Amino acid sequence: MITFIIRRLIAAVLLLFVVSVVTFSIFFLVPRLAGASADDLASRYVGKTAGAEQIHETAEKLGFTDSLPVQYGRFAKGLVAGADYNTGPTIEHCPAPCFGYSFITQNPVWPDLLDRLPVTLSLAVGAAIIWLLTGVTIGVISALRKGSFFDRAAMGIALGGVSLPIFFTGLLSLSIFSYKLGLTASGGSYTAFADNPATWAYDLILPWITLAFLYAALYARLTRAGMLETMHEDYIRTARAKGLPERRVVLKHGLRPTLTPILTIFGLDLGLLLGGAVLTESTFSLPGIGKYAVDAITNNDLPKVLGVTIVAAFFIIFANLVVDILYAVVDPRVRLS
Amino acid sequence: MKRRPAVAAAAAGTALTLALTACGGGTTTGGGGGGENATTATFNAGIGKVFNPSTTKGGTLRVANTGDWDSLDPADMYYGYAWDFVRLYGRSLVMFAPEPGQPGLKLIPDLAESLGVASDGAKTWTYKIRSGVKFEDGTPVTSKDVKYGVERSLDKDVFPNGPTYFNDFLDLQNYTSPYKDPTPDKLGLKAIETPDDQTIVFKLNKPFSGFDYFAMLPPSIPVPRAKDTGTKYKEHVVSTGPYMFESNQLGKKFVLVRNPNWDPAADPNRKALPDRIEVSLNVNADDIDNRLIAGDLDLDVAGTGVQPATQGRILADPNLKKYADSAPLARLWFTAINPDVAPFDNIHCRKAVMYATDHTGFQNAFGGPPGGDIATSLLPPLIPGAEKFDLYNFGSKPEGDTDTAKQELQQCGQPSGFSTNMSYRSERPKEKAEAESLQQSLSRVGIKLTLKPYPQGDYFKLYAGKPDFAKKNGLGLMAHGWGADWPDGFGFLAQIVDSRVIRAAGNTNLSVKIPEVDSMLDKAVQTLDNAEREKLWAQIDRRVMEEAVILPGVWARVLLYRPPSLTNVFVNEGLGGYYDHSTLGVKK
Repeated sequence: MITFIIRRLIAAVLLLFVVSVVTFSIFFLVPRLAGASADDLASRYVGKTAGAEQIHETAEKLGFTDSLPVQYGRFAKGLVAGADYNTGPTIEHCPAPCFGYSFITQNPVWPDLLDRLPVTLSLAVGAAIIWLLTGVTIGVISALRKGSFFDRAAMGIALGGVSLPIFFTGLLSLSIFSYKLGLTASGGSYTAFADNPATWAYDLILPWITLAFLYAALYARLTRAGMLETMHEDYIRTARAKGLPERRVVLKHGLRPTLTPILTIFGLDLGLLLGGAVLTESTFSLPGIGKYAVDAITNNDLPKVLGVTIVAAFFIIFANLVVDILYAVVDPRVRLS
Repeated sequence: MKRRPAVAAAAAGTALTLALTACGGGTTTGGGGGGENATTATFNAGIGKVFNPSTTKGGTLRVANTGDWDSLDPADMYYGYAWDFVRLYGRSLVMFAPEPGQPGLKLIPDLAESLGVASDGAKTWTYKIRSGVKFEDGTPVTSKDVKYGVERSLDKDVFPNGPTYFNDFLDLQNYTSPYKDPTPDKLGLKAIETPDDQTIVFKLNKPFSGFDYFAMLPPSIPVPRAKDTGTKYKEHVVSTGPYMFESNQLGKKFVLVRNPNWDPAADPNRKALPDRIEVSLNVNADDIDNRLIAGDLDLDVAGTGVQPATQGRILADPNLKKYADSAPLARLWFTAINPDVAPFDNIHCRKAVMYATDHTGFQNAFGGPPGGDIATSLLPPLIPGAEKFDLYNFGSKPEGDTDTAKQELQQCGQPSGFSTNMSYRSERPKEKAEAESLQQSLSRVGIKLTLKPYPQGDYFKLYAGKPDFAKKNGLGLMAHGWGADWPDGFGFLAQIVDSRVIRAAGNTNLSVKIPEVDSMLDKAVQTLDNAEREKLWAQIDRRVMEEAVILPGVWARVLLYRPPSLTNVFVNEGLGGYYDHSTLGVKK
């Protein structure tokens, strides 16, 4: 088991390295290949009134005139050792892991990401718990009561949940529950868990439910399909013939194998959300990593976009690693060696 | 200055560098300063009069912004709303009168005791600092603090976003930045003298009759050198206004509270009604509209107007419409006709475009009448000196005059029409609609347009604003939009009609190269008499229209919503169509 984990960890680190090289190339090599000069890249970091000389000075200051391997080397060095940036009047230190320094907001990227991570973490984990519990439960009940009113209603609602985009359901729910009924917090509300857990939950309940509605629908349909297939397996009949209680038949023999694909998707979904629930955070104006990414893209702030991309990749790789390990727990057929 | 999201990317200037983008103001006249007020909610009650007048202090002004400030540092801001809002925590030498209607176009002294006194043929300008003004820590403000504030704004490496008027007009003598200044007090700029703590003298490199407009800019807000943290100063600007920063979470939220060292006796211009101002940043635009309507928010600070869906809802519902204002702006949406690209080197082919255009279609591209009025010339009506004229009958034939257009094509030697390309900014659906409308209307006379979208971030630097590129790629028509930093002919016209500002790239003058216009601009800059100067703006406007190198489309408007919770609301024309933030209050 330990060998397996170490092997996967090494693979994950290598994968992250590849991701960083590819991402860096996309941001800095591709524009060059498309004909952009170092000055063209630098023009995004100067005011609109800058002359050619000032743009070129900025290109040199930001190191865009160096070769790409040198630029990547500097970036990689910053990741492990930190870096110093000359902002003009002062030298700003960007502590390791330094994902870069935004010359638009005059801030290192990593502290920004750390600052915003709790928001995304709170949103993603809270919503994930809700959608996993409700989605799987509804899926199981629907499968066991196939064709019933509950099944039809649940699957109808699930279809709506999958179909409706979050920027629609989010704004609608805000309009009804926050502005009309006053039951939930308004958009943009967020209180840190450490400051006040009750307010934290109150502020996030609507984003949680809205986000979970989308995913729960998907998970309910997946669970239902999986359960319908599993419950017709021979070993289920055998379990029943052995006289096992129905509860045990369903939960241990029926649900467990169904959970394997659910777990795979759950890992990917959660990893993606931890890298930034872009639409949800934008709709509810939550200052998380997803909103940070959108704002960075809007402002053409490449160091921030680069930082978010690598952090998002980290979460996806990490989530996959955890899922791989959990396979063994959920499905004994998985061999670790 | 810029009005987001319709940010017209601009570029550097040379001789008369004036980086400008969107802006505007109301056109109506009305009382301010004890004049006409409005207590009943009606459509446009915030234009030309004060809506919900009040002197009640207290409460929290809840503000939201769809994006973020370019910077809260007075040296580094260019958004119009930033120039409006900064007056809550900073005082520049002069400011636009906080009054609705025409009086709002007047400059009045703020940190200075009076407007500037010109000498040496308008090459020297002197101001006296008002006594009793203090920083938030109780330190008295001196002329040296103002000088230092202007000095640091000159450093465009450190503060790239701010305007460059002081860089362009002060007699810098190679001075670049206080951060590279070898003098002990970092006040080595010879173009600004401070003979005593109350007096500040600006020396220009050329006469400029409108220097008071520069003295209105945020860079003239004093900065205490000891508290200057360079690029980090924006995190806590040391206040001279009625409010100071209590907290500032970058990119998320900041809070202003009363400045205990602000003395109302030394500030006759500000009401300072709310006790507290809370500003949320990067808030979903649709959510802002919903919150305004639900009474959960008091002000959309960016002032770009409500979203399209909300606009329809407001205009259709009388109960909502009565809380809305359709504010006209000093902004023109237009199409540049490029004389470098054949056959537009022939004036008759350019005139054919002027006549063949469906102006109603152009207007519809920008949202119909709520989005603006059909423009018949360049200068928006609210700019002093603007004259109403209509050389090509846009007003009487808004659908276009195809018969005359065909005659012009005959004279141009292209009786069957011709093909050309039109560029627009790909992220701007309204410009796309404009291009499609022109494509349709010009096809009626045989002019075939191929549409060429380009990314807005590089539109002026790499594409439409790069003459070589435009010529090589046959960009005969180019979508464009422009507004002044303040309602003034020079501010509006200089960067779009002065041929001498055209450089290798990054241009905002895409098509006007008329030596006569350049001369008139020079003459206007040196004319101290307002009436004479304003006549020149109108002459320039007419001359450009005669050459048919700019096809005016729409004088822009914006639909603003003022919730009932807001008091003392009005559109300030001098500030360019924004609600005047310095007077706002809230019902507790």
